[in-house]
Amino acid sequence: MVENKAAAPIPSPREITTEPRFSDKLFRGVVTAGGLSSLIILGLIAIFLSYQGFEILIKEGFSFITSSEWAVEVDSVGEITNTSFGLAAMLVGTILCALIAVVIALPISVAAAIFLSFYAPESVKRVLVSIIDLMAAFPSILFGFWGLFVLMPSAEYWAKLINKYLGFIPIFEVEPRIFTRSPFITGVVLAIMIIPIVTSISREVFSQTPLDRIQAAYALGATRWNVIRTVAIPYSRGGIVGGSMLGLGRAMGETVAVYTVLNIVYQINWQVLFGAGGNVASLILLKFGEAQPYEVKALMAAGLILFLLTLLVNFIADQIVARTGSKGR
Amino acid sequence: MTADSSKKEEKEMTTPASLASIAAQTKQPGTKSLGIGLEARGVHAWFGKHHALSNVSLDFAAGTVTALIGPSGCGKSTFIRTLNRMHEFIPSAAMAGEVLLDGKDIYEPGTDVTKIRLKIGMVFQKPNPFPSMTIGENVLSGLKLAELKNSKTDELMEECLVRAGLWNEVKDRLNAHGGSLSGGQQQRLCIARALAVNPQVLLMDEPCSALDPGSTLRIEETIKELSRTMTIIIVTHNMQQAARVSDFTAFFLSDGGPGEMIETAPTSQIFSQPRDKRTENYVTGRFG
Amino acid sequence: MTQSIAIPKPSRPWRPSPRERVINISLVLGSFLASYLIVLSTEMKGKLAYFFVFFAALAILNFALGLITKDWMSGKDQFFSVLMLLGMTLVILPTANILYTVFDRGRAGLHSGLLTNDMALSTPSDPITNGGLTHAIVGTFLLVLVALIASVPIGILTALYLTEIKGRFTRPIRFLVQAMSGVPSIVAGLFILSAVVYTVTQSYSGLVGSLSLTILMIPTIARTAEEVLNLIPNDLREAGVALGATQWRTVAMVVIPAARSGLITALILGVARIVGETAPILLLTGGGDKINLNPTQGAMGSLPFYIWKSFLLGTEESITRGWAGLFVLLVLVLFLFMLARFLGSRRAK
Repeated sequence: MVENKAAAPIPSPREITTEPRFSDKLFRGVVTAGGLSSLIILGLIAIFLSYQGFEILIKEGFSFITSSEWAVEVDSVGEITNTSFGLAAMLVGTILCALIAVVIALPISVAAAIFLSFYAPESVKRVLVSIIDLMAAFPSILFGFWGLFVLMPSAEYWAKLINKYLGFIPIFEVEPRIFTRSPFITGVVLAIMIIPIVTSISREVFSQTPLDRIQAAYALGATRWNVIRTVAIPYSRGGIVGGSMLGLGRAMGETVAVYTVLNIVYQINWQVLFGAGGNVASLILLKFGEAQPYEVKALMAAGLILFLLTLLVNFIADQIVARTGSKGR
Repeated sequence: MTADSSKKEEKEMTTPASLASIAAQTKQPGTKSLGIGLEARGVHAWFGKHHALSNVSLDFAAGTVTALIGPSGCGKSTFIRTLNRMHEFIPSAAMAGEVLLDGKDIYEPGTDVTKIRLKIGMVFQKPNPFPSMTIGENVLSGLKLAELKNSKTDELMEECLVRAGLWNEVKDRLNAHGGSLSGGQQQRLCIARALAVNPQVLLMDEPCSALDPGSTLRIEETIKELSRTMTIIIVTHNMQQAARVSDFTAFFLSDGGPGEMIETAPTSQIFSQPRDKRTENYVTGRFG
Repeated sequence: MTQSIAIPKPSRPWRPSPRERVINISLVLGSFLASYLIVLSTEMKGKLAYFFVFFAALAILNFALGLITKDWMSGKDQFFSVLMLLGMTLVILPTANILYTVFDRGRAGLHSGLLTNDMALSTPSDPITNGGLTHAIVGTFLLVLVALIASVPIGILTALYLTEIKGRFTRPIRFLVQAMSGVPSIVAGLFILSAVVYTVTQSYSGLVGSLSLTILMIPTIARTAEEVLNLIPNDLREAGVALGATQWRTVAMVVIPAARSGLITALILGVARIVGETAPILLLTGGGDKINLNPTQGAMGSLPFYIWKSFLLGTEESITRGWAGLFVLLVLVLFLFMLARFLGSRRAK
C-alpha cells in the first residue's frame, strides 16, 4: 500500500474560546476588585501621608533625614514661630535597635530551627512548635511592659558585664553610666519578639532540604552535625537570610514595645549600652498627644518615611526568599 | 561481553535456561573464598505495626556479587537498608535480628554507626550527586563528610573515577558541576563517590532502573570489576541483569504478609533448577 | 512449607541503650554540679552565671564523651548538639517567663467586679476593687467585630483571586499582601487619621479605630485563607464544573463550604493579630472609661488602651490594674489560639 506521506500538512491548532456567562464575569470582577484592594490601600496610605507631610518635607528638605533636632517654638500667643524637624536620630535609632535585634535573634532562631528539624523527637517537636506559634501571637504591649518591669534589671546587668569586658570597643562605652532603657535592652526585647518569625521560616526551609541529598550524606558515613553543616545549611541559607530580613522589617516598625522600653533622646547615640536612643514610630506616638496641627504634619511625614523604609526592607526580603528559598543550589 | 552480543541475547531471553546459561558464561559461581563479608541472621523489619520483612538470613561471601530479586513490595529495599543502618531513619522503624560485619553485630549498642556506613557503602536508585559541588568535589565528598585525612586526593579521585568507568569522560572537566552530567554518568559519579571511602561492602538499590540500557551495561561491567575486591549486594527487578552480574541470587516474596526470602543459590542454579515452586514461577515469568 | 517461626519482638537497637541513657543523665547532673561549684568559687553571680556555666559544662562534657568513646568527629557532633539545645532553650525561656509573670502579677488585680464594672466612677489609682474593665472588654469586642466586617470580605476575596482566578495580577497582589503585613501599626493609624478623621469625621470613635485594625488584619486573613483554599483538591472544582456549574457557583457552593473550618481558622488568626494592637488605638479611639455600645460615636475603650493608661499612671494600684488587664488579654489570646488549633486539627481529619 503506497501512501503519499509527504502531502498531508500538519494543521495548526484551533483556537478555543470561552465566553463566560455574565454571572461569572461579575464574579471575576468582584474578586479582582477585592484582590486589588491591597494595592489600593497601600497606594492610599502613600498618597495621604505624602499629602499631609508634603509641606514639611518641602520646607525641611533633605535635612528632614539628616538633622536630629525636633523642635517647635511657640510665642506668647501660642502661634508657631519657628520649627525644625529632623529625623536623623530617630532613623539611626530605629535601624540600630532593629539590627541589634536581628544579631541576637538570628543565631538563636537558627539553632532552635536546627534542633526542631533534626534533633527533636516528633512528639516534643509538636509541643515546641505550638509554643513558638503562641509566642508569635503575643501582643506587643505585653512584650513592652514585660521588658520594662521584668527584663530590665537582668538586661541592665548583662549590659554592665559587656561594658566591663568589652568596654574598650567604642560602641560599648557608657558615659555617663546609665544602663537602663538603652538600645541594647530594646534590641533584646525586639529580638524576643522576632524570634518566632525567624525560627518558623528557618524551620520551613530546613524541612524542604531534599531528602535524597541528606540520605546520600548519611550513607557516606557522616555524623548528624556534618550532614547539617554540609547539606542542610548551604541549601537553606537564602531562606534564612530572607526570614531574618522579615524579622528586621518587623523590628523596625514596632511601636509600643519600643516606646515603653527605650528612652527617646533627640541625639544620635551609637553607644548601644547607654540609656538613650531613637525610634521613628515611638517619636510619632510620643509627640502625637500634644502636637498642634502643624507638627502633626511633620509626624505624618515621619510616618511616610517609616512606611517607605519598611516597604523597602520587606521587598528585599521577598526577593531573597523568592530567589533562593525553595530552589536551593 | 560486549554491548551488542548482550542485546542480541536479550531478545531470546525469556526462558530460565537461557538466563542460566548466561550466568554460567559470565560468572564463576562459588570460586571465591576470601571469607565471609557480611551476614544477616534472622532479620525482621517493621514500620510501626506493619511487619514488612520476616526472618531473612543470608550470608554474603567476600568478593562476590549477590542479587536480590523478587516482585515489587516484597521487602528487598527494606532489607538492604537494614544492612547499612539506613532503615532506622524512618520514624516508625523497628527491627530484630543481627547483621554481622567481620563477625560483629552492627546493631550492637555502642557501635559507631558512622564508621559502619564507611565500611558498608550505598548507591541509590535515583542518582544523587551533590549539585553544589563540582565533579571532583563530589568524588571526594565522602572524605570531607567523614573528615578523613588523605594527602593524595588527586590520585584517589582519579582511581575512583577509573574504577567507576567515568574517568575518560570527565577527566577534562573535573571542575564542572555535578549536575551537568547525564543520568548514567551521574550514577557512575555516585559509585565513584562511594568508592572513595574504601568500603568493604557496596549496597546497590536498583542502581540502573532509572538509566538507559547503554549506561546500564557500563555499570554492570563496573560491578564485575569491583567485585574482585569487595562484596556487592544489588537489588534488581531485572532478571537478565541478575543473571549477568551476580554470583549468587536470593529470591524474595511476600504473599500479602511480611516479605520473606524464599530461596538463595548460585545464580545459574536458581534459574535452571530452582528448588521452590514459587521461585520457578517467578523466574519463568508466570508472575511478577 | 514454611514452619511457623516465633516472631521476635520489634526492637530499636539504634535508640540509646540503658547504659547510654545513664551516661547522658549523669552528664547533665554533672553539669549542674559543675555550675554550682564554679559559680560559688568564682566571682560570677546571678542566674546568667549558672545558666552559662551549666551549658558550657554540658557541651564540654559531651565533647569529651564523644572524643573518648569514639573519635574527634563524634565529639564535635555531640558538642554541637548541645549548642542547638541551648538555642532551643533560649527560645522557650522568655515565653515561659512572660506567661508566669503575667499570671503571677495579674492575679493580684483580679476581683469579682472586674468583669462587671467599668471605670466611669473610678480612676486607676483607686483601690483595686473599685471599677473594672467591662468597658475595655466590650470595646475590644466591638472594635474586633467592626474590623471583621470590613476585613473578612476583602481578605477572602483576595485569597479567592489568588487561588481561583489566578489572573495576571497574581504576583503583584501576592507581593502587596506581603508588603501590607509589614506596615507598621502606627502608620496604619496615621493613615486613617489623615484619610478619615481629618477629612470626614473630625472626631475619635471606635469605627476609625476598627478601620486601622482592618488594614492590619487583611494580610493575615488573606494569607491563611489562601493556604487553606489551595489545600482543597482540584478534583472538587472539576467535579462542579463538569456538572455544568458556573465558576462562581462552584466556588460558592463547593469550594468555600469545603474550606469552611479553615476559613474560620483564618478569621480567628486575624482576630488574634489585632486584639492586642495598641498604637492605632491610642491615636484613634480616644479610650473611654464607660461602656460605649456605639462604635460610630464617642470614645471607645479597649483592653490595650486600659492597660496603657493604667501603667502610665504609675501608682501601685494602677500598675496592678495594668497587669490584670494584661492577664485578661493574655487569656483571650490563649483562648483564640487554642480555638484555632482545635479547628485546625478537626479539619485535618
